[in-house]
Amino acid sequence: MYAIALKMLIGDRGKYLGIIMGLTFASLLITQQSSIFTGLMTRTYGFISDTSQPDIWVMDPKVQFIDDVKSLQDMELFRVRGVEGVEWAVPLYKGLLKARLEDGNFQICNVVGLDDATLAGGPPVMLQGSLSDLRRQDAIIVNDVGAKTRLARRPKEPGARPIPLKVGDFLEINDHRAVVVGICQVTRTFQSQPVIYTTYTRATTFAPRERKLLSFILVKAKEGHNPKVLSERIAQKTGLAAYTAQEFKDLTYNFFMKNTGIPINFGIAVGLGFLIGTAIAGQTFYNFTLENLRYFGTLKAMGATNVILLRMILLQALMVGAIGYGLGVGGASLFGYAMGGTELAFRLTRELLYLSAGAIIIIIIFSAVISIYKVMRLEPAIVFKG
Amino acid sequence: MQREQAAVSCRGITKSFIAGPTKVLALRGVDLEVRRGELLMLVGPSGCGKTTLISVVAGILDQDEGDCIVFQQDLQALGQGRKTRFRGQNVGFVFQAYNLLPTLTAAENVAVPLLILGASRAKALSGAKEMLLKVGLEDKIRSLPSQLSGGQQQRVAIARALVHEPRLIVCDEPTSALDHETGRRVMEVLRQTALSPDRALIIVTHDNRIFNFADRIARMDDGRITLVESQVASS
Repeated sequence: MYAIALKMLIGDRGKYLGIIMGLTFASLLITQQSSIFTGLMTRTYGFISDTSQPDIWVMDPKVQFIDDVKSLQDMELFRVRGVEGVEWAVPLYKGLLKARLEDGNFQICNVVGLDDATLAGGPPVMLQGSLSDLRRQDAIIVNDVGAKTRLARRPKEPGARPIPLKVGDFLEINDHRAVVVGICQVTRTFQSQPVIYTTYTRATTFAPRERKLLSFILVKAKEGHNPKVLSERIAQKTGLAAYTAQEFKDLTYNFFMKNTGIPINFGIAVGLGFLIGTAIAGQTFYNFTLENLRYFGTLKAMGATNVILLRMILLQALMVGAIGYGLGVGGASLFGYAMGGTELAFRLTRELLYLSAGAIIIIIIFSAVISIYKVMRLEPAIVFKG
Repeated sequence: MQREQAAVSCRGITKSFIAGPTKVLALRGVDLEVRRGELLMLVGPSGCGKTTLISVVAGILDQDEGDCIVFQQDLQALGQGRKTRFRGQNVGFVFQAYNLLPTLTAAENVAVPLLILGASRAKALSGAKEMLLKVGLEDKIRSLPSQLSGGQQQRVAIARALVHEPRLIVCDEPTSALDHETGRRVMEVLRQTALSPDRALIIVTHDNRIFNFADRIARMDDGRITLVESQVASS
């Protein structure tokens, strides 16, 4: 009977494709939009992920997310170093500074100043040069995307491609000369600004004069010390906020979730995908059942029990659901693949595949239930009506 | 004749329908007996209750009053599930509009009753092919209903009604959509393949061109059987 159920479904090409299109559309939109959302949200704490060496981030208690820098006094570094269980603690500068390009234009850059001695907290991947080159005079390391796009030089001929910034090129940061000594790869920032690494001392020289310039203190826990317990101890002893890397990511993520329109905008897109998918697939599946009611009645008259018919409809729903889900997720994956390396944030995780599958299951259950209700209530005597 | 010996024995069957504000009495105390090995035709004007009566006899509609015993089984005493299974095992249907599933081949359509009874696909298709051979459609096994003429579709429907060897066959206007000659051929096939000593056929029709195929004719009017005539079937 299952083969018959599938033949009934596939035989009606128009409806079959209609249902699959509805489910594919829903699955595609839900997966694609939620992947972009996840990609975007991942970018909000991308800098924390890239800075993998420290276990704990120490900062002003009023800091709400990674880019919400509220500087500390330099003496706080020594107080943190004095807390029991701290292996090392280094300063980190993070700020938005203006870089003057060769053509006279200005570009806001995310400048990161690393501890002069250890260079702890440097970029995860070096493409050209090495991190230790930062010890050279006026040295900076630029991220590859920034070098190729916003910091790239204008082409000499109109219409030609911009010339990427390369090792040996100069920049002017806040009226200070800076020499590119390396190109690195980092997670794209939320606002897509170029990322420039340099030493802490040089970064504070680049930065406008302020009383306090220490953005964060990066801490490594001694072996055998739980970072979570240590962060609580640091907070207690210094009165500063201390978070493990994961806690700081969560803080940043939650800030964007609560204080920006991003979740609502993407939620609306995902919700629309779900609703439209439900409407198209549900309506078409119901129409398919209505048009086949005579045949379901015939099967019922010939002795097919409600359980058999229920299984037939569920199988039909399951089949279109599986195909629609596969096509939708496949389409979203292709989209993500095609957009790889561009400005577009796209991160398709296992959880999103489950989310999309869950949504499709709800749609097909809804579609099947309204059809099953109709078939269960069907009087087999309908078969004798002309 | 004792009720147990009859293929179908109905007494005092009434059935009414609610049509808007009015109650329509479709059957008004019908008594009907169908013998084993007999082809009985139910004839009468449209709306006289023929289809309602065979729906009750076939167990797809519950009567309001009266009892109906089909091959010693009181249908009213069965729950819906058991009644459905009883139908699957004991009743074959031939419909006016054939009701063949349009996306299935002739063989697959004929195999449906066997599949419902739990036969494997291979066994059901094998039985279906044998049955199609009996109704002269061995060359149409893989044809879809849309590729068959009306007469061929009705022969497929007859094969489907017989494939699981039911004891009661109910046919609703089996020739009304066919021309005279095709209708005759369908009736010949039906008589030759369906009739056996332990089986009964009830055919609802108002096509008087096929009356001579009946062993008996029960005439209905206004929800009652008004006359039962015996005659010698022509083939």
